[in-house]
Formats: sequence, structure tokens, C-alpha cells
Amino acid sequence: MFEQLVDGIFWDIALWVFAIGVLWRILSIFRVRNKPDYSEPRASGLAGAIGANLRRFMPRSEMVSRTRLQFVAGYLFHLGLFALLVFAAPHVLFIEAQTGLSWTAMPYWAFIISAQIAFIGLMLLWIYRIMHPVTRLISDVDDHLAAILTFIVMFTGCMALLGEFNGLRVLHRFMVELWLVYFPFSRLMHAFMFIPSRAFTGAWFGRRGVKA
Amino acid sequence: MNDRLTRGIEAMRAQMDSRVMSYMSSCVHCGICAEACLFYTETGDARYTPIYKTEPLRKLWRQEYTFWGKLAASMGLSKKLTEQDLADWEELVYDGCTMCGRCSLVCPVGIDIAYMIRKVKEGLSAAGFSPGDLVEAGRRAVGIGSPMGVTLATLQATIRVQEKETGIKVPMDVEDADYLLLLSSGEIAGFPEFIGSLARIFKATGVSWTISSDYFEATNTGVQLGNSKMATILVERVVAAAGKLKVKYVISPECGHAYSTIRWDAANFIGRPLPFKVVHIMELLDELRRDGRLKTDGVTDERISYHDPCNAGRRGGVLDQPRKLLNMVAPNFVELPETGAMNWCCGGGGGVSTIERANELRLKVFSAKKRQLDAVKVAGLVTACSNCRHMLEDGLEDNEMYDVELLGITELIADHLAEPGG
Repeated sequence: MFEQLVDGIFWDIALWVFAIGVLWRILSIFRVRNKPDYSEPRASGLAGAIGANLRRFMPRSEMVSRTRLQFVAGYLFHLGLFALLVFAAPHVLFIEAQTGLSWTAMPYWAFIISAQIAFIGLMLLWIYRIMHPVTRLISDVDDHLAAILTFIVMFTGCMALLGEFNGLRVLHRFMVELWLVYFPFSRLMHAFMFIPSRAFTGAWFGRRGVKA
Repeated sequence: MNDRLTRGIEAMRAQMDSRVMSYMSSCVHCGICAEACLFYTETGDARYTPIYKTEPLRKLWRQEYTFWGKLAASMGLSKKLTEQDLADWEELVYDGCTMCGRCSLVCPVGIDIAYMIRKVKEGLSAAGFSPGDLVEAGRRAVGIGSPMGVTLATLQATIRVQEKETGIKVPMDVEDADYLLLLSSGEIAGFPEFIGSLARIFKATGVSWTISSDYFEATNTGVQLGNSKMATILVERVVAAAGKLKVKYVISPECGHAYSTIRWDAANFIGRPLPFKVVHIMELLDELRRDGRLKTDGVTDERISYHDPCNAGRRGGVLDQPRKLLNMVAPNFVELPETGAMNWCCGGGGGVSTIERANELRLKVFSAKKRQLDAVKVAGLVTACSNCRHMLEDGLEDNEMYDVELLGITELIADHLAEPGG
């Protein structure tokens, strides 16, 4: 019964909540207009927006020594998670079944490495969050909930693949559904909102002729 | 809810635009901004983390613009923004932030944190939680026309001294001049030779310029306070003075925030494009250099470096021009480590220099600048902002760095000006 719900109506609800929620969040943000900028630009704001979106993938050289851990851990986590999400064999099969689209899955050993990289990154970021005085001060419940939920999704996913036990697969999918429902109302929205944020700042600096 | 809190909340609510809401929705609380802020790096106090300084605005956003915030508020479970929150953040926002914007260049998700802190100031100012010194400076700026109380009579006396020293008449209230020169009170009171230096350069290069006796102040205390109404009043005075004299350009003097205000914010305060172009004095001198009108003779052999004023450089885009000018007269110029757009602030921008209770903190965080200077071991430090120059003087004195001489770039160029026909 629970399996049927998870594979059926729960999944549909989660996807709809995710899609409508994300769309609603984005629309509610852009519904509030920015005031026009009447200053005469020195250079292109659009070029600044695009440039900032690309440049912010790397830390400024002046910041490398002070932010090495966050940078390395952040990349480990996000790259590992991306590899798992898109190239893990069960996910490739699942996406093919849902959409008809298919691509080559990564081998089992690559899955293990990706999972380890993602877990190390996530754990490092979370330990840093609770240990460092700055992140401890500025973090809230949402930060911890998002990290814990993501950890559980990844953990149950690995267990499901390693255990080859259907109950674990159902548990993993259920956790993904919770994650999808939580996503639009949480810090996880940064996965979309970093793009306009970088664009706004890049355009602002770009008009002034400064590379942001 | 009492009046102060209501005024603060309404002022911050008015600041919510899609840019702020994008920033709020993308912050992952990584803390990287702290590592770019001299108030955190030099004190180790986590409260100075730039994004933490925006907490009043974030709290309001959370309770009024987010699903969980609205849900919690409807159930009476949320912690609402209080008057005490605003009171608690006054020191962090005004004393512990120079609006230098270094944090805005390092945020991985691209948040312009200085932009948000400026918006928090709007709320604090409206609620009456602004430092008394800054409020008084604002009162003088509106009432007298200068945050330091520099009157037209003081300016005229200063100009007379400069005219006597240079033998050049400073043109006042000349209609149809090309350029209207604004001055900061700090310049008039502390570095009056700037006026004489410009008079010499403009005479040698044939620039048509003037100063308005109606309004000559370049700085804008409204911006430092976070009081847009005051800022608009002060900008309108510049617009009126420029309009009366029918000038084509307004020159921002050696002052970082004066430049960013009149060049980038002024049109938005008045809600229409400015009827004149704005140039920073470095931009104008560099243009004169490019056109072959500004010529120098001789060089200084001293090893010197350049301190980028944050609001002219990082947040204003005047980065290359001073270097090209220094290249004319200083062959032994060396860059500070972490320079240009990533330069460390002098510690006194954004109105901090006006706040007496912030002096101890300001001098403490000067250690970032000291570290930069210790790395290059220069005999001279040049800058293009009179406020930075005052702050650097304080910092060098406090650290007994008597070997470093402070120089204004305009005076340095004027000292090496080629004689006409020479």
C-alpha cells in the first residue's frame, strides 16, 4: 500500500508541489519590481550580469587562502550530487521510464566515488556550519533541515543501491518526495536563485565598469 | 506596535524589490562574506559578518514574504521584528560597516550585501536609531550646506589663500563654464591645497571651470545615514547649482562616496536622468592626459603605492585612471597586495569617520591596511579621497608608521606640472 502511494500519488503530488512551488516563488520575487536606474552606464549591465554568473563559480584569488575549505567542500558536494542525480544507473533507468530520454549511466565504481565525494563535501560543510563561530551565528533551522534532508536522501539512495532491497528503494523515493515538497519553501531555492542574484549584482557593477 | 518601530518597518518594507528578494532567497549562510570584511577579519567578532548586519531586513522578509514566516505569523509562533532588534543593530550597521562593498565581490551566490545594508540603514534611520554624530552632520548638511559646518565664507577665505599661493584666480559662479567643481568639506578644511592644485592644472590645460557659491558640497550625509529624503534634498541642490550656471559637467572631487552618490545614485534619488555628466577628478585628469593636454615634468623617485577609495574604485569604477596618472610621475610605483577592486578599506568610509564612538573600532581594523603597507614598505601612499586620507593619517599615526608619507594624487600631479611651453 505504502509502496503504491510512494510510486504513485505521492510522487505526482511531490512533483507538482515542487514545480508550482518553485514557479510561485520565482514569480512572487519578480512581481516586485526594481526601480529604474537613471544613471548613465559606463559599460554594459548585461555583459556584467553574464560575466558575474560565470566568474562567481570560482573564488577571487585574494580569497582563496581564507575560504579554501568552503570552496573545496562546496564543489565536492555539488559535483558529487550532480553525478549521482544524473548518472547513477537507477536514476538513468528511472528518467528513461518517465520521459523516454536516456544516456549512459556511470559504472558502479564511479557511483561509489561520486557518493563518497558528495558525502564528504556535505559533511564538511555541515561540520563547518556548526563549528565555525560565523556560520554558527548566521545559520537557522532551515539551513540544518535542508542539509539533514539532503543527507537522508543521499544516504537512503546509497542504501537502496547497495542493499538491493525494495523497501530501501521505496524509502529513498519517499525521502526524495519530501525533499521535493520542502524545496520551494526553503534555502534549497538557492539552486535557482543564485542566477538572478549574480545577474543583479553583476549588472550593477557592470554598469560601473567593474567586473564582479 | 510603537511609532518608531512602525516607521522603521515601513521604511524597510519600501526597500523590498526583486533584487533584495532574490538575494534573500539565494543566501546559503556560508559565511564567506565575513572573510572579506575588515571588521570581522581584524576583530574576530562574528557579529560583524556582513550578511548578519542585514538581519533586521531578513527578519522582516521572512515574516512577511515567505511561506513559513507567514504560516508561523498566522499561528502566532514567529518572533517578530522588534524595536530592540533595530536598537541592537545600530552599532553593527553604522559603526561596524563602511559600506566598502568588499563582501559584495566575494559572495558565491552573488549577493550585493552592501546594497542590502544600505537598505537596513533606511529602516534604522526612519526609526531614529542612527548615531547622534551622523544625525548632527546631516542636520548641518541640510541647514548650513556642509556636514562639517563649512560655510561659503570659509570657502571664500580658503580660496583667497590658495589664490595668493598660486597667483591664479579661482573662478566663482561663472555661467556657461564647462565644469562645475564640487568640494568635500574635509578637503576644504583639511587639504585646501587641492583647490590650488586644480587651479594650476586647469590653467595649464585650458579647462573652463567654476565653483558655485550657491552649493559646493560634494558629500551627501543622507546616503551615509540611509535617509533617502535627505539625500534627495542634497542632490537637488547640486542639480540646481549646475542648472543655474548651465554647466555641461560636474566634477566630483577626491572623495569616494561623494563620487558614487553624484555619479551613480543621484539620478535615482531625483527620479530622472541628471541634466549634466559627472566625472571624478581622476577621470578628468586622465582624459586630459590622453588628449595630450596634461603634461608633467620630472618624477618622484620615492617608492609609492596607491590606496583605492572603495566607493570611487570598487563601487564606482575609477580604477585604472589614477594608475595611469601615477605612471606619469612615479616610476617606482608598487601595487599594494589585494588591490584595485579588492583593496581593503581605510576603515572610515560610509560615515564611520563621523561617529566618534566608533574611533577605537576604526583604528583597530586599520590593521588590515597596516598589513598591506608592511608588505610593500613604501615611503609614500597616494589616494584620491580626502576622507580616506584623514583616516589613513589617523591610522598611520596610531601605528607609529611615521615613515609613510600621505599624498593626494591631484597635488602630486600639480607638483610635477610641466610649465606651459616647456
